[in-house]
Amino acid sequence: MTITDETIHYVAALAKLELSGEEKEKAKKDLGSILAYMDTMNELDTEHIEPMSHVFPIRNVFREDVVANGPDRDILLSNAPASKDGCFMVPKTVE
Amino acid sequence: MKSYETVIGLEVHAELATKTKIFCGCTTQFGGEPNTHCCPVCTGMPGTLPVLNKKVVEFAIAAGLAANCTITQHCKFDRKNYFYPDLPKAYQVSQLYLPICRGGGIEIETGGEKKIVGIHEIHMEEDAGKLVHDPWEDCTLVDYNRCGVPLIEIVSEPDMRSADEVIAYLEKLKLILQYLGVSDCKMQEGSLRADINLSVREVGAKEFGIRTEMKNMNSFKAIARAVEGERKRQIELLEYGKVIVQETRRWDDNKDTSFAMRSKEDAQDYRYFPEPDLVPIEISDEWLEEIKNRQPELRDEKMLRYETEYDIPAYDADIITGSKKLADIFEETVALCGKPKEVSNWLMVETMRLLKEAEMEPENIEFSAANLARLVGLIYDGKINRTVAKEVFEEIFKSDIDPVQYVEKKGLSMVSDEGILRSVIEKIIAANPASVNDYRNGKEKALGFLVGQTMKEMKGKADPGLINRILKDLL
Ligand SMILES: [Zn+2]
Repeated sequence: MTITDETIHYVAALAKLELSGEEKEKAKKDLGSILAYMDTMNELDTEHIEPMSHVFPIRNVFREDVVANGPDRDILLSNAPASKDGCFMVPKTVE
Repeated sequence: MKSYETVIGLEVHAELATKTKIFCGCTTQFGGEPNTHCCPVCTGMPGTLPVLNKKVVEFAIAAGLAANCTITQHCKFDRKNYFYPDLPKAYQVSQLYLPICRGGGIEIETGGEKKIVGIHEIHMEEDAGKLVHDPWEDCTLVDYNRCGVPLIEIVSEPDMRSADEVIAYLEKLKLILQYLGVSDCKMQEGSLRADINLSVREVGAKEFGIRTEMKNMNSFKAIARAVEGERKRQIELLEYGKVIVQETRRWDDNKDTSFAMRSKEDAQDYRYFPEPDLVPIEISDEWLEEIKNRQPELRDEKMLRYETEYDIPAYDADIITGSKKLADIFEETVALCGKPKEVSNWLMVETMRLLKEAEMEPENIEFSAANLARLVGLIYDGKINRTVAKEVFEEIFKSDIDPVQYVEKKGLSMVSDEGILRSVIEKIIAANPASVNDYRNGKEKALGFLVGQTMKEMKGKADPGLINRILKDLL
């Protein structure tokens, strides 16, 4: 599979990125070499190998169901670009 | 017109009844001031890491076992990516590749016929926040109190063929989840909501028709109407030789029709990939067995037990177990005061009547088993008669009053002093010679009149049995 201009445009749109012509070319090259690496992998026989779902050999990291957080609204909202009435304020998204 | 068959599949979201959110220690309590049930994890602050709530996994497994699913003993989470401010991380942690439960089925019954609705899968995921439009600033305000509340999504096979079957399936599912204690299923609070996938095809056709989706429906009534409405709309289109567009539609219950939602320019592409911040889950045979052994009694078992253990009719058992809340109150009350048939009557008749009057669901019942048990005690101790008991019960239903104190304060106890009663009855006999004559001439009905008159004089605070006996005695 090769990376076309359309693919770059599509992926950029999904990620909400605006790329310059130069950046698009670079992304095309980078993504192309990643896919080429995948092609190498595809040459191997992986029939009986379970796909790796995590890099660390750890399983079952859990929390008990106990309330541990109190309200810290002011601190949380201090990270927001804008806030109003105890809410995060964002550009209009609902009709 | 050709004859058509409707094909319906449901995606049901149920909020789990855990105390805390799926990946952080924030409370899941409904309501609260905006953004007060939040922390850096569930508001998607950079650098935070999720830690999975063990109870979520156990609840999902419990639901899967009850729906006869196979449990995926090696499972994991994936990211579903999309930009919308109700999801501060710009992705929802969900399960695509290895959902925790797969391939089950639930038996439903409509019009005396039984059938199995297949369960394709059940997966765990996190709920999103709430957006409110602010007309003053023309912007959107976001409250993340619900963000990160654990959900299971139960995906059915396209096995339902009518609104009746859809409602039967939802009711069965709701009861299963409530009995398991996995979800409270309060539809008005959005803790149970359904997406309806519906298509129509000519009877006998092998292929499914093109389907539409109606999202986030949270009332049984609206769901039944939406199924009917969307079915009619699709058949009409086909009859006029038009094509059905695969799209998401919004059901407007007031206008009794559905509208296409503005479709986004790009088709949805969620770019799922394994969630690297959470390690895989390994469900051992022992753990699975433990959860299996903990499964509580579900409705069908409970119904049979009520008939045998409490010796109440199947009809009663059916109504009472039709709501987890009613069943809980029933068992608690009987444990306190015995008299299962008496308790069952109060729940089936008076409680149901008052619920209907107040347009409430049994889940919203607020009175305690203790006060109902006290009321039953008062009746059996001969302290109050049934007419008074009904009045008192209305107060219990409304504000969970203690009936013993209430009866005392209002002076509602029956007059059990035979002497007082006897003198009142003597007065009544003297004042109603015609009725007395009628009775003596064999008109039994006249006695009823005299009992009524006595009761009126006693302001309802007398035992009708006792009045009867004294009357007959004196006549
Ligand atoms: Zn949190």
